[in-house]
Amino acid sequence: MHRTFRLTLIGSAALALASGAALAQNKYGPGVTDKEIKIGNTNPYSGPASSYGTIGKAISAYFKMVNEQGGINGRQINFISLDDGYQPPKAKEQVRRLVEKDEVAALFQTLGTPTNSAIHEYMNEAKVPHLFVATGATKWGNPKEFPWTMGFQPTYQTFGRIAAAYILKNHPNAKIGILYQNDDYGKDYLHGLELGLGKDGYKKLVVSAQSYEVTDPTVDSQVVNLKASGADVFYNITIPKFAAQAIRKAHDIGWTQVHLLNDVSGSVSAVLKPAGLDKSQGIITAAYLKDPTDPTWKDDAEFKEWTAWMNKYYPDGDKASSFNVYGFTVAQLMEQTLKQAGNDLTRENIMKQAANLKNFRAKMLLPGIQVNTSPSDFYPVEQMQLQRFEGETWKLFGPIFNADGSTS
Amino acid sequence: MDLFIQQVLAGLANGAIYAGVALAVVMIYQAIDHFNFAQGEMAMFSTYIAWAMLNGGLPYWLAFVATVVVSFLGGLALERIVFKPIQNAPALSHVIVFIGLLAIFNSMAGFIWEFTIKPFPSPFPSAPLFGNTLIGTHQVGMIGVTLIMLALIWVFFRYTDTGLAMRAAAANPDSARLVGVRVGWMLALGWGLAAAIGAVAGMLIAPVVFLEPNMMAGILLYGFAGAIVGGANSPAGAVLGGFLVGVIENLLGTFVPWIGNELKLSVALVLIIVVLVVRPSGLMGQRVVSRV
Repeated sequence: MHRTFRLTLIGSAALALASGAALAQNKYGPGVTDKEIKIGNTNPYSGPASSYGTIGKAISAYFKMVNEQGGINGRQINFISLDDGYQPPKAKEQVRRLVEKDEVAALFQTLGTPTNSAIHEYMNEAKVPHLFVATGATKWGNPKEFPWTMGFQPTYQTFGRIAAAYILKNHPNAKIGILYQNDDYGKDYLHGLELGLGKDGYKKLVVSAQSYEVTDPTVDSQVVNLKASGADVFYNITIPKFAAQAIRKAHDIGWTQVHLLNDVSGSVSAVLKPAGLDKSQGIITAAYLKDPTDPTWKDDAEFKEWTAWMNKYYPDGDKASSFNVYGFTVAQLMEQTLKQAGNDLTRENIMKQAANLKNFRAKMLLPGIQVNTSPSDFYPVEQMQLQRFEGETWKLFGPIFNADGSTS
Repeated sequence: MDLFIQQVLAGLANGAIYAGVALAVVMIYQAIDHFNFAQGEMAMFSTYIAWAMLNGGLPYWLAFVATVVVSFLGGLALERIVFKPIQNAPALSHVIVFIGLLAIFNSMAGFIWEFTIKPFPSPFPSAPLFGNTLIGTHQVGMIGVTLIMLALIWVFFRYTDTGLAMRAAAANPDSARLVGVRVGWMLALGWGLAAAIGAVAGMLIAPVVFLEPNMMAGILLYGFAGAIVGGANSPAGAVLGGFLVGVIENLLGTFVPWIGNELKLSVALVLIIVVLVVRPSGLMGQRVVSRV
């Protein structure tokens, strides 16, 4: 008993000495050694949202490439990605495991608004970086109250403000009809439009706002009401299934309008094809990533690099899926953050570096879009460009819009 | 006025969806005296089977008939394998098995065919009927098919020995057994028929709402509402109830501002409660009196 105690004492003294020497150059928080950095993640690999799971796989494939090329500052990335089935309670359980058992240095790209909401407070109480989350809700960029959480993509509000700027410039006398999902996601888009048009402008231009519940079988009745309201601009805030229904119904009842479709449902294969490509002509949405099915990028250097990466590291992945572009792009933000952190890999410094990305160009973002963060700006990507559906693909047009609707 | 007509027609189109599901619900209720909560998911699963056959290259009507047959046999098998062993268990056990089946069919469909929406072909031409923009040809066709199914069911129960035996087995199993009706197999037949009707409903609904594992979640509730409004033991009442729910829901949602689209689903639930309190047998159902 005594002996063991003494041995432990000597052992820990030696250890303290050794790590003291290391401390001179390297500062490590939990989850970091000379050889590796542990990064945690949850994704819906099963359940109703499992089509998003390919993002987690793409990120794993990206870090595999990074590791083969020597890692980041000589350290391998140990990317631990667990299934949460898109269920908030399960996400919480998995994240607890990642933080308390695996002791990851940071959480990266946890996917989903409800799932991230479930761990939002926990991460900030535990003071573990909760970085570049995969959701467009606006609440992830609130460094005052939640200094350990940061978003990634343009927020739903950003889209709303850009749509407002487009309407004000091109259709100043528009009569706007809105279809939106009656929850936080739908209201976030609605609020963005209201911010962009101004309170009075919103009152003046919006002639009808119809909501639907996810349990509704169809949105046909709502689309009929919108047509009857005389609206000539359609601000369509729906998830893929209802977006496809609304596109088809609007076409079938002969309602012609300027159709602004939220970027959530911008997928050609999952929305426009089921609705009918002939019924989707002229629809406008916004984008910030290069669409892998767009022939514009055929000879683009970044696109070629992405294709080569897909072939080598994620050969099973769908090369028509924008989710695989998304994973590839967001992983570069994590890589850049850790690169910048150098050998000071405490959780505090990882967070500090995440909030210190300056004009960082992540590959496969649209030309002209850059990543910028600061201690008061936790929205990494805030620019988007509009695109119109012509023939069988989206065609980009007009300038790059900033988050406030201004153009640069 | 134009808006009124459009909403009524859109309501009838939705009503046809509810009526199809309500028919399947009533069918099983006739046989086992319970509502089957897994009815919607069974119909969804049948529709996926049809989709897989169509993808495999079968012509539409062949896939349609094959799906109905497969669903019928599946329903039969389900009763024999799952429900026969628990036939004497209390109603609550049945309800729990229904809910278990609901979850199983839902996740199996997601596991096999994934959760992204799939377009499902319509057997009817895509050109609008008489060039109108009020109601789609598919919707009109769906109303027609629902009425044909109703007629077939009516003939079956009214004029065939098997139909009579089924009614007897449900109404009074003991007496039916005494006169030589094989009550157990009648239950299985009820399951088979309900599954087959559900399959037809599913294949007609999918072109409208797109095929995905959760496509029946909300619809089943409306189907229950339709069945209860019309009368849970009357196929004709169920169809009428389905159409009524579709139209009432749209009109209240459009013209009563404080209901709006947000309370549309609640309208269906309120209808269920009101009918159960005021007229439990529904519009066309027969009051069942049992001696205790």
